[in-house]
Amino acid sequence: MIEFHLDARSGVAPYMQLIHQVRHGLRLGLLREGDQLPKVKDVAAGLAINPNTVLKAYRELEYEGLVAARPGIGTFVTGTLDGGSLAAHVPLRRDLQRWLGRARRAGLDDESIEALFISTFRSASEEDIA
Amino acid sequence: MTAVIETAGLGKRYRTLWALADCTVSIPAGHVVGLVGPNGAGKTTLLDLATGMLAPTTGAITVLGGRPAAGPAQLARVGYLSQDAPLYTGLSVADHLKLGARLNPGWNADQARDRVRRLDLDPRRKAGTLSGGQRAQLALTLAIAKRPELLILDEPVASLDPLARREFLQDLMETVGEHQVSVVMSSHLISDLERICDYVIVLVDSRVRVAGPVDELLATHHLLSGPRRDPASLPDGVEVISASHTDVQTTLLVRTSGRVLDPAWMVSELGLEDLVLAYMKQAGASRNRHLEVQK
Repeated sequence: MIEFHLDARSGVAPYMQLIHQVRHGLRLGLLREGDQLPKVKDVAAGLAINPNTVLKAYRELEYEGLVAARPGIGTFVTGTLDGGSLAAHVPLRRDLQRWLGRARRAGLDDESIEALFISTFRSASEEDIA
Repeated sequence: MTAVIETAGLGKRYRTLWALADCTVSIPAGHVVGLVGPNGAGKTTLLDLATGMLAPTTGAITVLGGRPAAGPAQLARVGYLSQDAPLYTGLSVADHLKLGARLNPGWNADQARDRVRRLDLDPRRKAGTLSGGQRAQLALTLAIAKRPELLILDEPVASLDPLARREFLQDLMETVGEHQVSVVMSSHLISDLERICDYVIVLVDSRVRVAGPVDELLATHHLLSGPRRDPASLPDGVEVISASHTDVQTTLLVRTSGRVLDPAWMVSELGLEDLVLAYMKQAGASRNRHLEVQK
């Protein structure tokens, strides 16, 4: 089961943060079909947030077809977001680690690496569109 | 759903001073309502009118469809916790639970005992020897165990340290999740309210400035910035809450149900805290300073 956390300074609405965390968990395979999400009451008590906020996040995820509520039992994962590509994560991560090593040896600091990655990512996606 | 608190033209005057004036609100059930405003705005007065501790000077108020404190049945439906977490300092924790059981027909003794155990409170301890956090938790226990439909909390966490505050709010949210109780609480701590409330009432200078579901308020308020111009040039249906100008730039906080389409404006979203503060500041501009009225 995943555990939610809230960043009060992020400026992102709490229910959106919960949704992001479930989607993130699905992408990385931390959450799989059939897994139960934490009970509304437990999330409310754990994070000191309004239960309606949790319900709203779960309803939104249900609308997206990612989870389903079984009344009286809980909310369960019914969809995936990895697109069946989870197996490819391992080699891709290894390539990325090698690339990061090269970037560091070339003298790039964290911010430069991030900026280079994001700008390359953006221009690549723009080429895809064009 | 029915209203938990409904007021029409409600006012309370102390001699010449209006602690609350012309207050008309309808608070729907099933919410955790945050009542915010500066000191002396009338928050405590409104809550005291809702519990029946005060009688209105003008207007009317109904709570859960009945008159506040009209009789034992009405009293049993409302739980109330005042600013100072009132307990009998000479009585032990166990005595408080016994008293709760005697005074409240719907008392849930198991729940009260469970909570005291979970809070690690020694039943033999006198209430006067408990820490501020423990006192607040014990007072909340008493208010919850009577199984009210509406819980009214006046600045419940103001005097608590951050850890005690978080624990108090965790327990409160757990109760809301478990028992579907409606909550109306006043607080200065907007950051806490942001996590907890899904309905907000801003009270300034004894008047309600804005009230509504948090989602709706956030969706209808926008921050506009752009080249300097007269706010009066905005289209109909756009209400300016606050405006500031430099020699080249204008920044407006507006309320509108539609979208702002004028490309001259850069539109950004704003958080609950900014929204509440803007309403407080708006009122502050035309403000007569009041003294905090204590009962």
